[in-house]
Amino acid sequence: MSAAAAPPRQAPSASPFGRGPMAGLGVPAQKARNFKGSLRRLAGYLAPHRATLLVVVAAGVISTLFSVIGPKLMGGVTTTIFEGYLSRRLGGAGINFAAVSRTLLTLLVLFVVSALFQYVQQYLMSGVAQRTVYALRQAVEAKFSRLPLRYFDSKTHGEILSRAVNDLDNISSTLQQNLTQLLTSVLTVVGIIVMMLTISWILTVVVVLTLPLSVMVVSRIAKRSQGYFVRQQQALGELNGHVAEMYAGHAIVTAFGHEARAISRFGTLNHTYYDGAWRAQFVTGIMFPVMMFIGNLGYVAVAVIGGLLVTRRAIAIGDVQAFIQYSRQFSMPISQLSSIANTIQLTVASAERVFELLDEAEEPADAPDPATLAAPRGDVRFEHVAFSYRPETPLIDDMTLAVEPGQMVAIVGPTGAGKTTLVNLLMRFYDVNAGAIRVDGVDIRDLGRGPLRRLFGMVLQDAWLFSGTIRDNIAYGREDATDEAVVQAAKAAQADHFIRTLPENYQTLINEEATNLSQGQKQLLTIARAVLADPAILILDEATSSVDTRTEVLIQDAMAHLMRGRTTFVIAHRLSTIRQADVILMMEDGRIVEKGTHDALVAAGGRYAALYQSQFAGVAS
Amino acid sequence: MLVRFLRPFRAPVASVLALALAQSLANLYLPRLMADIVDHGIVVGDTRRIFEIGGLMLVVAVIGTACAVGASYFSSRVAVGFGRAVRDALFARVARFPVHQFDRFSTASLITRTTNDTTQVQQVLLMLLSMAVTAPMMAIGGVVLSYSQDAGLARVLLTVIPVLGLVFLAIMWAAVPLFQQMQAKIDRLNLVLDEGLSGVRVIRAFDRSAHESRRFAAANEDVTATAIRVNRLVALLMPAMFLTMNLTSLTILWLGASRIDGGTMQVGAMMASLQYAIQILFAVFMVTAVFVTLPRAAASAARITEVLLVEPEVTDQAVPRETAAMTGLVEFQDVTFQYPGAEEPALSGVSFTARPGEVTAVIGGTGAGKSTLAGLIPRFYDVHHGRVLVDGVDVREWRQDALRAGIGYVPQKTVLFSGTIATNIRFGHEAASDDEMRRAAAVAQAAEFIDAMPEGYDAPVSQGGTNLSGGQKQRLAIARALVRGAAIYVFDDSFSALDFATDARLRAALRAETTAATVFVVSQRIGTVMGADRIIVLDDGRVAGIGRHAELMRSCEVYREIAESQASREEVA
Repeated sequence: MSAAAAPPRQAPSASPFGRGPMAGLGVPAQKARNFKGSLRRLAGYLAPHRATLLVVVAAGVISTLFSVIGPKLMGGVTTTIFEGYLSRRLGGAGINFAAVSRTLLTLLVLFVVSALFQYVQQYLMSGVAQRTVYALRQAVEAKFSRLPLRYFDSKTHGEILSRAVNDLDNISSTLQQNLTQLLTSVLTVVGIIVMMLTISWILTVVVVLTLPLSVMVVSRIAKRSQGYFVRQQQALGELNGHVAEMYAGHAIVTAFGHEARAISRFGTLNHTYYDGAWRAQFVTGIMFPVMMFIGNLGYVAVAVIGGLLVTRRAIAIGDVQAFIQYSRQFSMPISQLSSIANTIQLTVASAERVFELLDEAEEPADAPDPATLAAPRGDVRFEHVAFSYRPETPLIDDMTLAVEPGQMVAIVGPTGAGKTTLVNLLMRFYDVNAGAIRVDGVDIRDLGRGPLRRLFGMVLQDAWLFSGTIRDNIAYGREDATDEAVVQAAKAAQADHFIRTLPENYQTLINEEATNLSQGQKQLLTIARAVLADPAILILDEATSSVDTRTEVLIQDAMAHLMRGRTTFVIAHRLSTIRQADVILMMEDGRIVEKGTHDALVAAGGRYAALYQSQFAGVAS
Repeated sequence: MLVRFLRPFRAPVASVLALALAQSLANLYLPRLMADIVDHGIVVGDTRRIFEIGGLMLVVAVIGTACAVGASYFSSRVAVGFGRAVRDALFARVARFPVHQFDRFSTASLITRTTNDTTQVQQVLLMLLSMAVTAPMMAIGGVVLSYSQDAGLARVLLTVIPVLGLVFLAIMWAAVPLFQQMQAKIDRLNLVLDEGLSGVRVIRAFDRSAHESRRFAAANEDVTATAIRVNRLVALLMPAMFLTMNLTSLTILWLGASRIDGGTMQVGAMMASLQYAIQILFAVFMVTAVFVTLPRAAASAARITEVLLVEPEVTDQAVPRETAAMTGLVEFQDVTFQYPGAEEPALSGVSFTARPGEVTAVIGGTGAGKSTLAGLIPRFYDVHHGRVLVDGVDVREWRQDALRAGIGYVPQKTVLFSGTIATNIRFGHEAASDDEMRRAAAVAQAAEFIDAMPEGYDAPVSQGGTNLSGGQKQRLAIARALVRGAAIYVFDDSFSALDFATDARLRAALRAETTAATVFVVSQRIGTVMGADRIIVLDDGRVAGIGRHAELMRSCEVYREIAESQASREEVA
C-alpha cells in the first residue's frame, strides 16, 4: 500500500452554498492555455444531457422571469394603497381592497411557481453535473489502465492524484453551482433592466450608472488584494514547507537540539504570513461594504429623484418602491458574475489538466491476432536487446541471454544499479528499443500483454496489498480459486500459521496502511499470491532488511518452494542464492557489466569479484 | 480551550462588535429615512424636505460604510492574529514533543493540524466576526424599529425569523448525515484510485486491470448517487428561503393595506417595513451560511486542542544539574522502558557500561528493542525503571541541550533539510570551520561525491534530500553527526543504504576518527557488529547476551541463531 502523502481530499461542493459570492475574487486565477478548446471539450461531456439541460434553461428562464416581475407588481399594490389613502383623505372611497387582494394572489402564484421552477432547475442540474463528473472520472480511470508504466514512473503520485481528485472536484462544484448561477445572474440582470425601463428611464439610468462605478471599484480593490494574496500564499507556502520539514525531521531536530531555532524561524515565517494575510483579508473584506455603499448611493438617488418624480406625478409611489427593490437585487448577481468569471477560468484550467492526462500517449495496442502459449515451458531468450529510458543515456545495448526452462538467473549489483530494468522489459512494462525478448520462441510483443504477464509471477520487496480480506489478497492472481486452493497456497508460502493467529483468519481485513501486518507477513502473503497464480516464470526480489530473523527463514523456505521447477529471475542479495544461480548478471549504473556463473566471474576478477571480496572483507574485519 | 487565544484581542473584538452594531443601525436607518421622504416629502409635496432627508441619508450611508470598513479592519487583524497565536503555540508544543509523543500522532496528521486546521479555524473566526455578528444585531434592531412603527408588522417578522431558521435546520438536519456518508464514499473512491496507482505494477503483472476498473466504477457510482441525493436536498434551500422572503413581503402588504386604510399606519412606514424584512432575512441567511462551516471548524479546533493538551513528558528539571564537558561514559542500570499503551515493555532489565574508546554494538531482530535502546541515550524518552547515566549523572538530571550537544546521532531513517550540502553538515555544529566540515565529510566517505558536484559544498539539497541517492543521504547524515566532535556516537542502523565496499571503508575511517568517543552501532547484520568491543544481543526487549563475537558464538543461542540464519548470506563462521 502506498506510503505517499494523501492529497487534500475535499468533498465536491461540501458546502451547500458552494464557494459563496465573494470567493475567488482577488485570488489570482490560473489561466488555461487553450481556454476555448478546453471549454468546448468540457461542453462535449455535457452533450449527452442536452435535453435535460434544455429543461434546466427553460426552468431558469421561467423562475427568473416570475421573480423579476414581483417588485413591479408589489409596487402597483403600494400605489393602489397610496391612492386609496389619498382619496380617503379627500373623502373618497378609500383603498380598493379587491384590486389589492387580486394582485397579491397573482403574486403568490408567481412566487410559488418561481420557487418551484428554481428547485426543478437545481434538481435536474444535480443529476447532470454529477453524471458528467462520473463520466469524466471513468474516463480518467480507464485512461490509467492504458497508460504506459513510463508515465507513472515519471510523475509523482501526488501530481497524478491531484488531477484525478482535485481538478475533478473543481469541475464538479462548478458544474453543480456556477453554471445555473451564471444563467440566472445574466437573466436577472437583463430582466431587472427591462423591468426598470418599463417604469422609468430616468431612474433606470441612475441605477445602471452605479454599475460601472462598482465594477471599477471592485476591480481596483481586487487588483490591490491580489498583490496581498500573492504575498500571503508565498508566506504560507514557506510556512508550510518549514512545518513539513521540521516535523519530518523531528527526531533529528530533537537530537541536535535545534528546537529553539526551529521555533524562532517558525515565528518569523508566521509573522510574515500574518502581515500579508490580514491585509489580504482586510482588503477583500472591504469589498462588500464598499459595494454596499455604492448600492446605497443608488438607493439614496432613487429615493430622492424618485420622490421628486412622484411629486411631479411623473411616476407613482409604488414605482419608487419597486426601484428600491430592483436596485437592491441588482448588486447580488453582478458580484456573482464577476466571481463566476474567475471560477470558470479556474475550472477550465482544471479541465485542461484533466484533458492533458486523457491525451497522454497510450501503450501501443496489442498485436491484432496475438499468439498464445498453450503449455508454457519458461524458455526465455534476450536477442540483441537494446534499451534505454532516455535516448541520451543508453543503458543496455546488444544484450543476448538464453535461459533454459527451470534455470535461475541472479541479478546482482548495488542499490540503484537499475536491477528492475530487466523486470520492466520482461513484463513489457517497457518495450525494448531494438532486438527482441522471446518466451518459448515467441516474441513477447506478439503475445497479448495480459496473457504474457500471466506467465509471470512477481514477488516484489515492497509488498503491495490492497484493502480487503487476506483471502482476496491471496486470490488476487486467480479469481476462480477455491478456498481450499487459497489455504494450500498459504501453507506452501508458510503464511497459513500466522493467518490462523489473526482474529478472523482468512477473512481478516487488511486496513488501509496494512498496519495490522508486519513487513515479513506482507511478504509471505505476496508469495502465497504467486504460488496460487502458478506461473511458468518467476520474478523475485529478495528482501534486504526490516524482517526479523525467524520470519526471514520462513520467507527463504517459501521462496525456495516457489522456485522449484520454474524459470526464475531473482534480484538477489544473498550469497547462497547467487551461488546457486545458473547465470549471474552483474549490474552497475543501469547496465549489465558482467554475465556468467559464480565461479567463472570470480575467476575473471572483474566487478563481481570485487563486490564478492568486499563482502567477505566486511565479514572478516 | 482555543478561546484563551482570543483573550489578548478583547479590545479589538469589542471594537468589532461596536462597529458592527453601528453599521447595522445605519443600514436599518436608511429605510426609515426613506419612509420620511415618502410621508413628509412626497405626500405633502415638500421638495426641500426630500433633498434634506436625502442628504441625511448620504451621511448615514457614509457612516455605515466607515463602520463596516473599520469592523473589517479589526476583524481581519483579530482573526489572522488569533490564527498566528494558535499556530505559534501549536508549533512550539509539537517541536518540543519527545520523540515517542510525536510518534503518537502521525507526521502527516501533525502537519495538517499545524497548517490546514489552524487556517480553517482562522477563516471561520473571520466569517463569524465579519458576517455572523451583524446578523443578530440586524434582526433585533430591525424588529425593534418595525415595532416602533407598527406592532402587527413586527409580529410578522417575529414569526418568520424562527420559521426560516426551522426550515434551514430541517434541511441541514437531513443533509449533514448525507454529507458525512459522501465524505466516507469519496475517501473510498480515492483509496481505490490510490491503490491503483501504487500497485500499478502488480495489477498489470496479474493482468487485473479490468477487475480494478470494476472496483473503481462501483465506488464512483456510489459517490455519484450520494452526491446527487445531497445536492437535490440542498437545492431546496434557496427556493425555500426566497419563497419565505417573498411571502413575508406579501403579508406586510396585506396587513399594511388594512392598517393604512384604518389610518394607524403611513405608506412610508409600510415601505420601510418591506425593506426591514428583506434586510433581516438576508442577515439570517448569512448567519446560516456561516453555521454550515462550523462543524468543520469545530473538528479542526478539536484536533488542534488535542495536540495542545498533550504535556511533554520529557522536561528539564526545575534546577538542572550543571555538568562539565562530557567524557562519554554511558551506563544502563536495570533499565526498563514501555511505550504508552503497549502490552509488553520494549526493554526490560537492561544493564551494561560503555566506555570512551569502545565500540558497543546492539543486534537483534525487528522489534527486539534496538532503536529504543539507542533512543534512551539522547533521552528521547524516559525510562520506567532503572537509570541511564552519562558521565555518572542520570540523563534526567542533565539539561537536555547539554546532554544532546555531546551526542552525535545518526537515525535509521535519513532526514536531510532543504539548503545546501554545507548547511546540512553544519546542522550538527553551526560554528564548524570549513576544514572541520570537510574532514567530517571525508570520514563519512562523502567527500568524493560532494567534490564531484559542480557547486561542491554549496550544491543545493532539496526538501527531504530527494535530489540525492539513499547512500549519499546516509553519508551526509553521518558527516552531520561527526562534525559535532561528540563524546558519544549513536549509529542506528545507519549503514544499510551503503554498498559493501563503502560500508567497509567507512567503518575503518570511523574507527580511526572516534578513538576517544563512546560509539554505539545498532544493526541487523552480523558482519557490521562482529568487530565490536562489546555486542549486546537483544531478544524481545531482554538482553540475551553481552560479549565479543567469539564468546557469544559459544554462549548465546539467540546470537548463534542470527549468525546462522545469515551464514548462508555472509558466511560468518
